[in-house]
Amino acid sequence: MGKFSRRQVLRTSLAAGAFLTATRCASAPKGTPDNPAPGPQVNTNQIKDVTLRLIGTGVSQINDIRDKAQEDLGFKFDMRALSTEENNQIAITQPDQYDIFDGEYFSLPLVVPSGNLQPIDIKRIANYDKIVSFFRTGEFKGMPVEKSQGTAPFKVQYLTGPDSKEFSPTPTDYATLIPFQYNADTLGYRPDLVGRKIETWGELFNPEFKGKTAILDIPQIGIMDAAMVSEALGLMTFGDKGNMTKAEIDQIIEILKEQKANGQFRAFWKTFDESVNLMSSGEVVLQSMWSPAVTAVQAQGIECIYAPLKEGYRGWGGGIGLSKNLEGIQLDAAYEYMNWMLDGWVGAFLGRQGYYSAAPETARKFMSADEWGFWYEGKAATEPIVDPFGKTLAKAGAKRDGGSFEERFGNIVCWNSTMKENTYLVQKWNELIAS
Amino acid sequence: MSATWKTFKPYALITPQTLVFLLFLVFPIVMIGVVSFWEFTGYSMVPAFTLDNYQGIFTSDVTFKTYLNTFKFLGLVWLATLLIGYPVAYFIAFHVPKLEWQILLFLVCTIPFWTSNIIRMISWVPLLGREGLVNQVLLGGGLIQQPLEFLLYSDFAVVLGMVHLYIIFMIAPIFNSLMRIERSLITAAEDLGASGLQIFKEVILPLSAPGIAIGSIFIVTLVMGEFVTVRLMGGGQSASVGKLIQTQIGSLQYPLAAANAMVLLAVTMLIIVSVLRVLDIRKEL
Repeated sequence: MGKFSRRQVLRTSLAAGAFLTATRCASAPKGTPDNPAPGPQVNTNQIKDVTLRLIGTGVSQINDIRDKAQEDLGFKFDMRALSTEENNQIAITQPDQYDIFDGEYFSLPLVVPSGNLQPIDIKRIANYDKIVSFFRTGEFKGMPVEKSQGTAPFKVQYLTGPDSKEFSPTPTDYATLIPFQYNADTLGYRPDLVGRKIETWGELFNPEFKGKTAILDIPQIGIMDAAMVSEALGLMTFGDKGNMTKAEIDQIIEILKEQKANGQFRAFWKTFDESVNLMSSGEVVLQSMWSPAVTAVQAQGIECIYAPLKEGYRGWGGGIGLSKNLEGIQLDAAYEYMNWMLDGWVGAFLGRQGYYSAAPETARKFMSADEWGFWYEGKAATEPIVDPFGKTLAKAGAKRDGGSFEERFGNIVCWNSTMKENTYLVQKWNELIAS
Repeated sequence: MSATWKTFKPYALITPQTLVFLLFLVFPIVMIGVVSFWEFTGYSMVPAFTLDNYQGIFTSDVTFKTYLNTFKFLGLVWLATLLIGYPVAYFIAFHVPKLEWQILLFLVCTIPFWTSNIIRMISWVPLLGREGLVNQVLLGGGLIQQPLEFLLYSDFAVVLGMVHLYIIFMIAPIFNSLMRIERSLITAAEDLGASGLQIFKEVILPLSAPGIAIGSIFIVTLVMGEFVTVRLMGGGQSASVGKLIQTQIGSLQYPLAAANAMVLLAVTMLIIVSVLRVLDIRKEL
């Protein structure tokens, strides 16, 4: 054993090094840099180490909001932008991947039974009573929205108890989501290519626009648009559009099949970008749209009107909910974020894109009088209206399509819906695509 | 010791890969198979043993129509990739003299892969759209009076998109098998007085058949499961089995989607087995 291999030398020296390090640490006097004294730990600012992971759709996961939140709150956010469908899938099947769920109200009948959300303790939300009354109590100045059909936010806003998975029809102290943004959706059109005013949902099936219209390829939303059109044209009536019977689904799919066979639709779209692209390229001149898609088309310098229709609007709303995994300091941070969100800055930021804020009166503080007048009061803009990303959306003198918040929100007649017959609907929707 | 090692060695060597296969391929497929027998309650899935999902698939004419449409896409894409891909591979293999040029031209064929789906989706519109380049040229040349609508958001567009995207999977294996053909065989055929057509029919085509078979297998597996191109190029109005499954997953109907996936897997395997029946790849490799 007189010879040393390279390996043995290495091994010996490593062991020696480790031994030296260990002894050095142990023998160094306490309080020196080599061996800091284990004094009592005072973590006054533990929340700084918190990172909250958010999932949501592209319309809400915006870097500007994340940066501002980090700056104001002092902890970190990790945002993931997903499609509506992916968002729901992760919410239901991968509860470990998120701390805060930012989703649509109509997904709650699917997400809540999974038990992955914990009820929000309303007593911890400072500005809860400033949230628009429709979300809290189902009332809104006696306007048509009070009788709206479908998964209206109020119907799924409350849970029966602190550990409940059951919706409560009346207000309780436990909320599913705190509303983040919402809007009244309708048909968008290109006035330069349509050449006249669009005033009813029925125009979507007008042969005049054959091959130039589009609807959504998300069954739960597309079916609502189709229902609005069919009702407007008197093709059929519904007991409750938000909860169709099998026979009603059969009938409306037949109507859609016929339209599809006639070549009425240019495309069915699924993502925000697709709808913008269809409209700005002129492939489609009249289609069901989301409000930020309209502003995105306008921001390209193309005229696009978000038509106020006589039958009313299709509403949607999104909010943020808490993952059941949140506890302790993480949970505190999540509540802080919710309170910050209702504080107004976010509301104003979203408002400048055409969304409505959960608590408009707090958002007002962060908007100029002109911006408030344009977005919420339906007044003519006195200066050019600029979105949060610096693009001009409307010139001075322009008015918001559909008018004031009350006129638009109050006239929502149906909401994106998850129906009892959801499985059957999806099956029939696939039939429509295959036809 | 060395004798045991000798018998043991091959097993030791294949163990890591086998484990990876079992864990990441076989196990997930088995899980999908298991879930396909579960019950679906409208918003969640419950472990159970039910044949309802399969019964639904086999008794619905939506399944039949959707498969028919998928087979239509498959047939058209296969034919187009073969008819375009073979001459391209042939040209690069036999008519491009230098290896560097061959490699360069081969790389050019991979360009469609450099773009993302979104870019592809957006860039087809200015070319094929109603006011797109193709329509403008045809209108300007007086060849048509009305813009051609079928160019985009149609079955034609779906096939075009898939051919554009997947043709490399046909070119590569054919190119590979053409390059391996012993050039002296062709010289010999020439010396024996064979015409160009005869050389192609009797020598080159049979020797490149494994390449065609491998390329066809690629095309079959890619097209059968395709849903992105179908949706984007078909404007959401064309059906394929992949898209059907995607819609079901999107609505969280996992057991139904799993059952559909198992049927799709079986159908795809069946096609591949039939391809292998016609051409024995292993013999040729």
